[in-house]
Amino acid sequence: MSARVTSAARALAPEPAVGQGGAAAASLGADAAAALRAARLALLRDLTLAFRQRSQLIQPLAFFAMVTLLFPLAISPELSRLRAIAPGVLWVAALLASLLALEFLFRDDAHDGTLEQYALSGQSLTWLMFAKTAAHWLLTGLPLALMAPLAGLSLGVPVAALPGIVVSVAVGSVTLSLIGSIGAALTLGIKRSGTLLSLLTLPLSLPVLIFGARATELAINGAPLAAPLELLAALAVLGITLAPLAAAAAVRISLE
Amino acid sequence: MTWTWFHRLGSPPYVYALAARLTPWFAWPAALLIAGGLAGGLVLAPPDYQQGDGFRIVYVHAPSAWMSLMVYMTMAIAAAVALIWRIKVGHAVAAACAPIGASFTFVALVTGALYGAPMWGTYWEWDPRLTSELILLFLYLGYMGLRAGLEDTQRADRASALLAVAGSVNVPIIHYSVTWWNSLHQAPTVMQFGKPKMALAMLVPLLMMLAGFTLYFVAVLLVRLRGEVLSRERAASWIPEVLKT
Repeated sequence: MSARVTSAARALAPEPAVGQGGAAAASLGADAAAALRAARLALLRDLTLAFRQRSQLIQPLAFFAMVTLLFPLAISPELSRLRAIAPGVLWVAALLASLLALEFLFRDDAHDGTLEQYALSGQSLTWLMFAKTAAHWLLTGLPLALMAPLAGLSLGVPVAALPGIVVSVAVGSVTLSLIGSIGAALTLGIKRSGTLLSLLTLPLSLPVLIFGARATELAINGAPLAAPLELLAALAVLGITLAPLAAAAAVRISLE
Repeated sequence: MTWTWFHRLGSPPYVYALAARLTPWFAWPAALLIAGGLAGGLVLAPPDYQQGDGFRIVYVHAPSAWMSLMVYMTMAIAAAVALIWRIKVGHAVAAACAPIGASFTFVALVTGALYGAPMWGTYWEWDPRLTSELILLFLYLGYMGLRAGLEDTQRADRASALLAVAGSVNVPIIHYSVTWWNSLHQAPTVMQFGKPKMALAMLVPLLMMLAGFTLYFVAVLLVRLRGEVLSRERAASWIPEVLKT
């Protein structure tokens, strides 16, 4: 726990005094620079903590592999049949794995008061939320994307389709992390919030599932997949713009 | 123009009295319109030349589907007003909307499935509208689940309001992505609801039902709003005075 607290304290340490006579514009720039620095420190802190507690990193990946394994056992070991359902299987498994990982996003920080310190620090909570979500994506979304080829190969996906699958999962999981950050912030402090969290975030995640599965399907068929990928990217951009604002507001509501 | 009428909405006793006064003005026209629409739709309108009498369920299905979206919009707007201007009554309106909207959504789904049985030969077709309705039902359930999960009323109000606003940003995206998804996997026999041009004798009862359902929603909302205000203000001194009369 001491590592958690000291690193949080460092991220929030008071800024060195900025030049006093600076013009308004300079102080605005300094504010932005301070917010960015705080966000960078929060990001590094979350990454450091995750690498010291590797089980959090591995569990969603193991879950992803496990769900993928269920389908050949439940349906059929025939690769031709599995290939037909592979896009759906991969995306449902990725969606559930990223949902499972949301639990780690705020829980410990809310528990030991770090989140409260973030809210009181005077730094932009929106940027801090953005940093936390970015760390969450680096720790779950990106590894899931890198693991998707393995799961894909086990479902009979041709090798040529793998790059497309990696890109689509990587882009789609950005939006999943962002939507999840709102849901996780809203349900902070609710005991046994797992089912509620899934009820809140899954309906909002459906567009990602639709476009992601479509991109994967096109990749497997060897067709150009730019259209669904661009839609996924558009969702990610919209999410990056709006979700940290909403997550910051939700955290403030939860801390009241 | 002054803003007094707007500021008065911040006062719970005023809102309570206003809701009580307005309810009959919506309830009676709603009852008349729905009775007229049902008579017109179920008895007077001729049977459809393709769908026979089966099409008549549209008189309940279409207004419910319309209301399910409109209630969500009302809820999101009330929630946004409450969040932005910190008007507590807005939270009460949003909270009162959710069960009504979920009920309309449920009715739209059930009547849609019943409509599907004679038209498609199956109770459930992954038609984009039915699928969107189903997702909307989950959005309502999530909203109500979040409210139920948070014990503190104030926190439940603000958290669920944020969820409603975030959901309203997402509803059009979900709707269009579902439509896009459906256009890729178009089943050969899909028939769209209500697309063909309607004869006047069929259309007039439908418009009456739409208006009737809207007024009915407002009337029920006002009744529920009074309940919400009472339960939120149960410790206030004006309550015994109002309830005595």
